[in-house]
Amino acid sequence: MMLRLGARGTAVLCPCNVFVDSCMGFVDLCMDFDKLHREESGRILATLIRLVGDFDLAEEMLQEAYATALQKWPAEGTPTNPRAWLISTARHKAIDRIRRDRRLETKSGEILRSSPSVTEPDAEVDDDMVRDDRLRLIFTCCHPALPIEAQVALTLRTVCGVTTEEISRAFLVPVATMAQRLVRAKSKIRDAGIPYCVPLQEDLRDRLDAVLLVIYLIFNEGYLASSGDALIRREMCAEAVRLGRVLCELLPRQGEARALLGLMLLHDSRSDARLTAEGELILLEQQDRSLWRWEQIREGTRLVESALRSGAAGTYTVQASIAALHAGAKTAAETDWRQIAGLYDVLLRMEPSPVVEVNRAVAVAMSGDLEAGLALLDELQERGELQGFHLLPAARADLLRRLGRVGEAAEAYRRALGLATNDIERKFLLRRLGEAEKKL
Amino acid sequence: MQYLLLIYDSEAVLEKMNPADQAKIYEEYGKFTNEIKEKGKHLAGHQLKPVATATTVRVRDGKRVTTDGPFAETKEQLGGFYMINANDLDEAIAIAARIPSAKVGSIEVRPIVAREAAANG
Repeated sequence: MMLRLGARGTAVLCPCNVFVDSCMGFVDLCMDFDKLHREESGRILATLIRLVGDFDLAEEMLQEAYATALQKWPAEGTPTNPRAWLISTARHKAIDRIRRDRRLETKSGEILRSSPSVTEPDAEVDDDMVRDDRLRLIFTCCHPALPIEAQVALTLRTVCGVTTEEISRAFLVPVATMAQRLVRAKSKIRDAGIPYCVPLQEDLRDRLDAVLLVIYLIFNEGYLASSGDALIRREMCAEAVRLGRVLCELLPRQGEARALLGLMLLHDSRSDARLTAEGELILLEQQDRSLWRWEQIREGTRLVESALRSGAAGTYTVQASIAALHAGAKTAAETDWRQIAGLYDVLLRMEPSPVVEVNRAVAVAMSGDLEAGLALLDELQERGELQGFHLLPAARADLLRRLGRVGEAAEAYRRALGLATNDIERKFLLRRLGEAEKKL
Repeated sequence: MQYLLLIYDSEAVLEKMNPADQAKIYEEYGKFTNEIKEKGKHLAGHQLKPVATATTVRVRDGKRVTTDGPFAETKEQLGGFYMINANDLDEAIAIAARIPSAKVGSIEVRPIVAREAAANG
């Protein structure tokens, strides 16, 4: 790859038209390039894929166009519309490449395979068309006929412009494995005829769910991952937020998309408060709320409110509402647990899940009835659906601790420790176990 | 009587084969196809693209569930087939979801290898 990315994702950027509007002055070409790459590569690629009809060819030719720009722009000046310049340069390179490949194939007497053909650039830089291109790219990358890991990787690679190396570091798999995953996904798009289009209205809801899931998985990978590069993890959260913003901008009438963005902003607003300097987990209850990013909380809350008003509330709207209630409490004691328990009830009706049941039980306990919450957890444990899930014994341990039943609490902490694999969580459980044992 | 003949092959073995051996197999296929065509036995026949291009469609409670990969469970058996024309995978999936068996069974959607008329033998 010719160009290195700059400090991508260190800030949550508004994906508005920054490059085209403000970078005409080429004060620092390299800085412009970084900015261009960060904010525009997804859009340019999206349009190029439509024109060229092939992911790989589009990617490769865009890299070549960037290289040509680096040679030409310093001497000849930056073109008035850099995006259009890059698209048309890459498109011409693609045409040359296809012609050359065809000649080679005919010469060697091979059967003519169905090779890509480059379409006319019609309204290639028309803003509406470009907007649709990005949406097409997102829906193609998140097509349910692709395995979910491939959807996530392909979205990060093509829509966000994250390098294969960075993705492999974020997901803790070897670069070769990640590269292979991307190659397979692109082959399936081509060979199975996955279309490059926005789904029809009747399919939009289902297909949007798939896109939202991919974005949420990217966020969670950054937010919850137990090991790996901390910087990369933060960037994953920032990428997910950026994607969420793009989706809200492109599909402004979808309440669930707004709710997901709100949910991510609300979770992310606490990132500075949830770990000690030594990397130990601090529970919501003990967090220093002055470390929360309040501007982000306000934005997240506004998004949730607007999603609720849009009527068709789905699971993200309910989850985001719960997050907003937590964020809206000035102190832990002021948390409206009763309403949170009610929202978990709603969530359970939408999507029955034993993990949601654990959360509901905790909310019931925290709203003032510790015994009732514990009874719900005991019942869950007897059902045995969550065997192997450390958060169930951890939640039981916490309620037993609050009830002063330290012996049983210690035992539950031990059981949770036997199941937890995340180092940060293990440290936390060990400390709590120590405290309980001291009181025995 | 009409019969559907289902061809099971190892993709791994075919991929590793050298071009000359591959060409030989295609030649044999061409010969065989011509033979049964001449005898009036041939109705339709196509090579499928590799199993990596497969997508499985099910409809449960009116909701379409699309997953990557071929249909792999053994408790259901192949009960028929349709060969269709579709603009892209989305259209093929939409048609597959309307097959009545999609509500209880599964429909595997596999793209067919397109060949020039001349290469078809």
